[in-house]
Amino acid sequence: MNLDEIIQILNLKILTNSKDFSTIKVKSGYCSDLLSCVMTGAEPEGLWITLMSHSNIVAVAALLDLAAIIITEDAQPDQQTIDKANEKDIIMLSSPDPNYEVIGQLWELGLRATKN
Amino acid sequence: MGTWFTSNQKLTHKKLPLKTYLSELHVHTVLSPCAGVEMIPPLIVKKALDIGLNLIAITDHNASENVPAVIKAAEGSDLTVLPGMELQTEEDVHILCLFDTVEQLNKLQELVDKTLPDIKNNVEFFGEQFIVDQTGEFIQRKERLLINSTQLSFDEAFHAVTELGGLFIPAHVNRQAFGLIDHLGFVPPDLDIDALEISRHISLEEAKTKFPQIKSFPLIQSGDVHYIDDFLGVIQFIIEKPTIAELKQAFMAINGRSFKVISHN
Repeated sequence: MNLDEIIQILNLKILTNSKDFSTIKVKSGYCSDLLSCVMTGAEPEGLWITLMSHSNIVAVAALLDLAAIIITEDAQPDQQTIDKANEKDIIMLSSPDPNYEVIGQLWELGLRATKN
Repeated sequence: MGTWFTSNQKLTHKKLPLKTYLSELHVHTVLSPCAGVEMIPPLIVKKALDIGLNLIAITDHNASENVPAVIKAAEGSDLTVLPGMELQTEEDVHILCLFDTVEQLNKLQELVDKTLPDIKNNVEFFGEQFIVDQTGEFIQRKERLLINSTQLSFDEAFHAVTELGGLFIPAHVNRQAFGLIDHLGFVPPDLDIDALEISRHISLEEAKTKFPQIKSFPLIQSGDVHYIDDFLGVIQFIIEKPTIAELKQAFMAINGRSFKVISHN
């Protein structure tokens, strides 16, 4: 599954610079709002679903080489966080839906917790 | 820079001699729903004095109404009471916010009142939230639930407290519940944070080994006093007087000011 399909189907807002999202493969999904858990639980090229919008999410995504972050419930990262994400080439997307609903849609699309 | 530092040090010699302040900077009152019924101003002051403390900070959850009462209860004694609050950020991180004056604290309280969800306290589940006078006499119940997240982000809270001239100390950073490390992963590197607090359940050395990333910060330890026997009182400051500016210098170990956490095990 590529990121462009996910953005289209879930109608996600793109918070960071636009690029050709169809070339970005998404291999797995992970959800937690505790950054220490994400650091040990998420997988490279995975999609991270979270309500957290603090700038530390950018460093975590960069550390793990994640495909993208979906920030839920319209939580808004500040401009500094968006700038940092662009600088580190991290993709941040946004949804008005809560974690549960976003994950449900991704699951229906066939995205699972671990890469196969 | 070098010249500035030297002249400041010279200045220090002319001033009053430095004093030792033994302190507990994280004390709840009966306003916090999770605190014991004995946490009333005269008993807090008595206990602090009994164990030899001369500096405490009152830090109720997202609230400050009982601070003036504790200050009054300590009047005429050797105990200094700093106005404070344990703020809960939108990331569920607890922060000790300490000030010199009640006026500064009230400004933070205004911000908190605007962003704390207006949910009524469920007394049976969370406990009573009592506002009291300096004798511990009941004045009124605080209706709004205090144990909740404000909508202030960690960074917004940092800037607000710093601009008001306060100290910003993330509380019990080692704890899973409401601790900075679990929730935010690491200390946000672009904020100039004064100090970090570790909880009573871990020694300073254990904390540094378990969380190497906090080693470079000034580390304090508190009892997170919810019941009268929770007082630890293990932070020893060498400062001229108990003010925020002096505590900041102690954390930075400048101008002869210093602090240490004394062993309590």
